[in-house]
Amino acid sequence: MQIGIFTVGDVTTDPTTGQTPSEHERIKATVAIAKKAEEIGLDVFATGEHHNPPFIASNPTATLAYIGAQTENIILSTATTLITTTDPVLIAEDYAKLQHLTDGRVDLMMGRGNTGPVYPWFGKDIRQGINLAIENYALLRRLWTEANVDWEGRFRTPLQGYTSTPRPLDGVAPFVWHGSIRSPEIAEQAAYYGDGFFHNHIFWPASHTEQMVRLYRERFEHYGHGTAEQAIVGLGGQFFMRKNSQDAVREFRPYFDNAPVYGHGPSLEDFTEHTPLTVGSPQQVLERTLSFREYAGHYQRQLFLVDHAGLPLKTVLEQLDLLGEILPAMRAGFAEGRPDTVPDAPTHASLVAAAGGAQDVSVHAEDTMTGTTDRAEETEEVQA
Amino acid sequence: MTTKIVVVSAGLSVPSSTKLLADKLGEAVERAVGARGQEVEVQHVELRPLAHALADHLLTGFATGELAQSIDAVRHADGLVVVTPVFSASYSGLFKTFFDVLDNGMLDGVPVVIAATAGTARHSLVLDHALRPLFAYLRAVVVPTGVFAASEDFGAATGGTDDGALDKRVERAAGELAALLGAGSATAPAARRRSVAAGFAAPTPFEQLLREAGGSSVR
Repeated sequence: MQIGIFTVGDVTTDPTTGQTPSEHERIKATVAIAKKAEEIGLDVFATGEHHNPPFIASNPTATLAYIGAQTENIILSTATTLITTTDPVLIAEDYAKLQHLTDGRVDLMMGRGNTGPVYPWFGKDIRQGINLAIENYALLRRLWTEANVDWEGRFRTPLQGYTSTPRPLDGVAPFVWHGSIRSPEIAEQAAYYGDGFFHNHIFWPASHTEQMVRLYRERFEHYGHGTAEQAIVGLGGQFFMRKNSQDAVREFRPYFDNAPVYGHGPSLEDFTEHTPLTVGSPQQVLERTLSFREYAGHYQRQLFLVDHAGLPLKTVLEQLDLLGEILPAMRAGFAEGRPDTVPDAPTHASLVAAAGGAQDVSVHAEDTMTGTTDRAEETEEVQA
Repeated sequence: MTTKIVVVSAGLSVPSSTKLLADKLGEAVERAVGARGQEVEVQHVELRPLAHALADHLLTGFATGELAQSIDAVRHADGLVVVTPVFSASYSGLFKTFFDVLDNGMLDGVPVVIAATAGTARHSLVLDHALRPLFAYLRAVVVPTGVFAASEDFGAATGGTDDGALDKRVERAAGELAALLGAGSATAPAARRRSVAAGFAAPTPFEQLLREAGGSSVR
């Protein structure tokens, strides 16, 4: 079981002080949070991608590479990568590069994005969201698995004899998750490829999550990747905890009441009842988190949102310390009753092992200055 | 099979003339559908108690409790009667909010009676300038007769041959709705856009999604 955190990188005014961090402060805070996540023993840090204020989540690969340079073990992921509006050729290059820099501590979560104007800003049509996600991802996979790609599609300029560089580390593409709230096409896509499926979960009633995860599991089995219970599922989660649950409610309420997504709407009590948000003691957070399995089944990745709605860095780091304290119990809880047949989420190491070991798949082109080439030699061998 | 009618009304005061008109229409539809030998069940959805849940839905994107049940009732309705008070020359915000949060396609091909109330008959064109376009956008089938009731209509004589009397208009609208429900063709499921539930019940196979994406990227 992988346990981690994900951030959307919002720059939000702290409603209790009226102070708004600068972009610089927020960017540096994100790095501090990621390093703290590694320190307390979390498995995953994931960042979202946004191209508009009030977010600092553009250019996720720079952020992840910088964090990767200052950490040793934590897996760096996205939540989500905009597969609709980002050129899949750039995604292929950027994340393969990140694999090399971080020695394979990389995976991705694909999403369509929910900010309408982003599509036209990047020259796309939001009504083609699903089609963009499908075509772009199909191309992305080919760019990672095939060294020489001829491709023609509907949404980007054709490619002839294109080689995406660098090639994926050890000849193995990063593992990919697909995120969606309630588009069955995306569950279908994840199942078809045997990729992971991640449900954001946190702003939605359990019924949405249950419906999507069930469909993904059924279709995962349909496409022959294993049984439904072996499908690779990830869920979001959201908590605020203090030793004393009343303190947690009192401290978090102003942040909840003014939060960018659900603020000024339902009460904290209503929202915690209807969504996975848990505000209370560490024990309550532990129990609630372990209850997600009741409708999602045994799953592979749990990511928490801890740094939004204007919570100051100090508070976020305290939340992570508290999470660190219950982490062993959470891991033990997730292991309880988990059948041996339920796999862990794939990692770079497991994917390399499954591929029969690491391969150097570097592509060497002819050097037109010196006339030397590695490729000619290989070709002769093939002919001989 | 029982014909299900849902009467949606957005009156705010108690008692409310909007609810009064909604009741009249509900009873008239029940009689008119029953007269054609069909079993009929009329359910009322009043929006006033759902006001907070509707505001929450706007912000969170999902329905809870009674609002979720009411939306479900509309989803399974064979026909609708919708009644709003006139606010600032149109339907009320509360009324509109309810129809704003329905899933796309939920009212495709559904027969609807539109009705409104106001203090004065000078607002009567709201039916044709505001409600009819709204339900045309939602691809509902609006019956020709809209029912508008000004305060004075509730005190007008009912009997006689006055074709403009409120009760006459209520009966005529109810009869038109019953005729549409009996015809059946207008509500043929094929006419409806694919619902979210249908997408989950019978997902489109991925090979088809790939083809529909339109590229030759398929290998």
